[in-house]
Amino acid sequence: MISRRQLLKISLAAGGILAARWPGAVPLSFASSETPRRGKTLVVVFQRGGADGLSMVVPYGDPHHAPLRPGIAVPRPGSTEGALDLDGFFGLHPSLGPLHPFWKERRLAVVHAVGSHDVTRSHFDAQDYMENGTPGNKQTFDGWLGRSLRTLDVPPQSALSSLALGSTMPRILRGDPRALALPSVTSPRAKTLFGTAMAFEPLYAGTEALPGPDDAFRLIDRLNRFDFSRVPVASDANYPKTPFGQAMRETATAIKADLGLIAVFVDSGGWDTHVNQGGSRGQLANRLADLAGGIAAFAKDLGTKLDDVVLLTMTEFGRTARENGNRGTDHGHGTAFFVLGGGVRGGKVYGRWPGLRPQDLYEGRDLAVTTDFRDVAAALLTGHLGIPNLQTIFPGHAPRLEIVKQILG
Amino acid sequence: MKPRRDPFTLPVLVLFLLLVLSVSFVGAAETRDTKGLPSDDPAIVHLLNRIGYGPRPGDIPEVLKLGIDEFIDKQLSPDTIPDAGLEKRLEGFKTLKMTTAELIEAFPPPAPKNRTENARPRGRRPGHEIILDLSKAKLLRAVYSERRLQEVMTDFWFNHFNVFAAKGILPWVVTSYERDVIRPRALGNFRDLLGTVAESPAMLFYLDNWMSAGAPPPAGTGDPGRQALRSRHPRWFRELPPSRQETSPAKRRGINENYARELLELHTLGVDGGYTQEDVRQAGLAFTGWTIAEPRRHPRAVFNGRMHDGSQKTILGRTIPPVGGAKEGDWILDLLARHPKTAEHVSRKLAVHFVSDDPPPALVARLSRTFRETDGDIRAVLRTLLHSAEFWAPEARRAKMKTPFFLVASALRATGAESDGGLPLLRVLKEMGQPSYLCQPPTGYKSTAEAWGGSNAIVQRTNFAVALAENRFPGTRLNTGFIAGAKTDDSALSAALMGVPLTEESVRTVAAAAQQHGIGPGEPNRLSGLILGSPEFQRR
Repeated sequence: MISRRQLLKISLAAGGILAARWPGAVPLSFASSETPRRGKTLVVVFQRGGADGLSMVVPYGDPHHAPLRPGIAVPRPGSTEGALDLDGFFGLHPSLGPLHPFWKERRLAVVHAVGSHDVTRSHFDAQDYMENGTPGNKQTFDGWLGRSLRTLDVPPQSALSSLALGSTMPRILRGDPRALALPSVTSPRAKTLFGTAMAFEPLYAGTEALPGPDDAFRLIDRLNRFDFSRVPVASDANYPKTPFGQAMRETATAIKADLGLIAVFVDSGGWDTHVNQGGSRGQLANRLADLAGGIAAFAKDLGTKLDDVVLLTMTEFGRTARENGNRGTDHGHGTAFFVLGGGVRGGKVYGRWPGLRPQDLYEGRDLAVTTDFRDVAAALLTGHLGIPNLQTIFPGHAPRLEIVKQILG
Repeated sequence: MKPRRDPFTLPVLVLFLLLVLSVSFVGAAETRDTKGLPSDDPAIVHLLNRIGYGPRPGDIPEVLKLGIDEFIDKQLSPDTIPDAGLEKRLEGFKTLKMTTAELIEAFPPPAPKNRTENARPRGRRPGHEIILDLSKAKLLRAVYSERRLQEVMTDFWFNHFNVFAAKGILPWVVTSYERDVIRPRALGNFRDLLGTVAESPAMLFYLDNWMSAGAPPPAGTGDPGRQALRSRHPRWFRELPPSRQETSPAKRRGINENYARELLELHTLGVDGGYTQEDVRQAGLAFTGWTIAEPRRHPRAVFNGRMHDGSQKTILGRTIPPVGGAKEGDWILDLLARHPKTAEHVSRKLAVHFVSDDPPPALVARLSRTFRETDGDIRAVLRTLLHSAEFWAPEARRAKMKTPFFLVASALRATGAESDGGLPLLRVLKEMGQPSYLCQPPTGYKSTAEAWGGSNAIVQRTNFAVALAENRFPGTRLNTGFIAGAKTDDSALSAALMGVPLTEESVRTVAAAAQQHGIGPGEPNRLSGLILGSPEFQRR
């Protein structure tokens, strides 16, 4: 084994082949100042494509709802294939049935008429804004979750502090030097990846060839050594055999393994329902069944660990209040997010309902936004992860923190 | 009798690979002076790492034969460099030569109303074949083109004037954008480039200017649409868009400042360029009417006077003279292209790209002066840069971290690989966060280190290196023949090593790293993997 000192010697002898410091490189400081709340994890699920909030959490009590959507409105509770009642005004899409028990146990909350105040109806721009946390500013390179993690110390025995389940690093986690983006961390393929990386450790010792955290290899090594077979899936956790279901299984396993995970990001696709969206059944219903099945299995799998976890669903915008000519909906504005977790004050729909009268609709066509998505994110970052300073996380935005007290108690 | 095992085989091989692959030649033993530029091997390697995508086997003798000055001069005049080898490799990519109209006919975009995620195979965006061809060709150009600097500069300007090839009509216009707008001007005049970009359907669509419509003019000033028609702006189609449907944005009157903002902040003055939000708005008003006719059928840049804002505009303290219509935008581009802040912003960006992430201010000042004195002659600025002391200073060597694209291209070059630039490599670029043509923000991909580090980069880059070295990417084979041959041929080795004195200790300790991983002599591929994934190879 070559020591760091030896390598330094080589590098001097070899006149810079293994230079310990690269001239001209900008030294990066990943100085951490805050300690995260022990063992708390935030899971963010992003529904890509703009999920229809009015079908997920149906405002059946609003008299304008059903007439806007003659072909696709989810019927009121009590009718055939009707919504599952939440509070006498809102109902859950029947395909979200697997989440209903968590509502009754008051561990599932809804934020309705939530979204970004930015006017864009472009998927790309809206997703980018929701991930970078600076609506209207496309140039923000990193994401609000990545910036948050950068301010936190990783727990001493951490093997993995943040993870995006997928093959590319999403914007939301950029800025966290320790974040990994992989389709799986528990598979044999992942072991191979980590093992290969570890073979390079001696070469990288003492160099700053790649700006990154000092403990990068230490964390990868711990992850590489971890035996995930020690973490069985709970018998009542029936994960859908879909990419989303498997990603949720990975997430639960990684959380149960006590790797020190602070944040996990999971993508869910297929929400852009322009054509034949369907009502209680159909295209959207199938996507919702996948979403609810994955989240419910995840919550069951976690068992008592759910007390330390909060899961937030987000989507870049809602869809038009009116059904379009193809029995679908087009890109809209406000939508609904779910918040699930042991510490969540659930069983309640948060946010001011703006109404669906023509004059209530945003630009005459969409559900208005009454809660800024950053306020929900800020609530969970502060209340759950213990991040006190949100100025750098959401620059130029003063979060309304009362929502913290409401959602997390 | 047992053959005696030469104790130096492994160390020598390791060193050889270090030198061939990471091409890190050590010590300026001799200087073969040509008109004052350094021409020792490390200097040539440095030049090859900046003027192109790194050295290939045989590059150094080739440069020496030509002479460094001559080599730079030729690279500055790419049209004088034959590139038949590359052209042959690109023959099979039929979309590269097609016009936008032909591409739309060959790969019809979905009608706006029928757009649905579910109507097409998973993960296949409409027009993805076009971007696939472009992405493969981009990698092949980086690896095989003799016009090295032109490729580097095409990439530089594409990122400077970035568009995101997955948005709306972009898949069908980005081929022409790179081929007809950027590449021919990559070493040309900045004002020409800026203006051609401004009136390209790609940029007009990407930054939403095509939808930007100003307030109608005050009553009694006539129909601005007709005025614009009479203005006979030479470069523009003078017709109005034929159908109302295609110009629906015109119906929604409203100014969109996206382009104007990035024009000031990214394309010209820079974020510290001293402009205000009101300047952005005024520029936005001036560019109203710069739109696209028939965006989904036959996209062309047009000036639509009916969308143009009729008010008087003042920008950067100067009132736009009554040039009328489309020429207001041209007037602003003239002003911005000749603004000293633009010279400084572009010069600094070039210095960051070619010298270091934090380039010496004196160099930036000299480049700015050349920029101003030559009215934005990019070739002249680059000539100043490539002949500057700062460019050749020892501290500039390996000062830059390779982007994922540079890493992949340079690894293929260093190993003399034969590659089709195919999907497996493009997937790696995506996993490393740099899929070609798919950078969403207008900033483009950064060339600075802070954008590309982190734990994930370590996992991705080391695994890429090993997979490449083990020929695990279908369509790509390393040529390790030159390595294997060198192993047993001492004269070739010493020639490769250039007589650079290395201490015995260094030789042994570097070899120990290979031994630790169980890599022995006779495994040039595995050794190559170690080198390609090493910290040294991540720098240029």
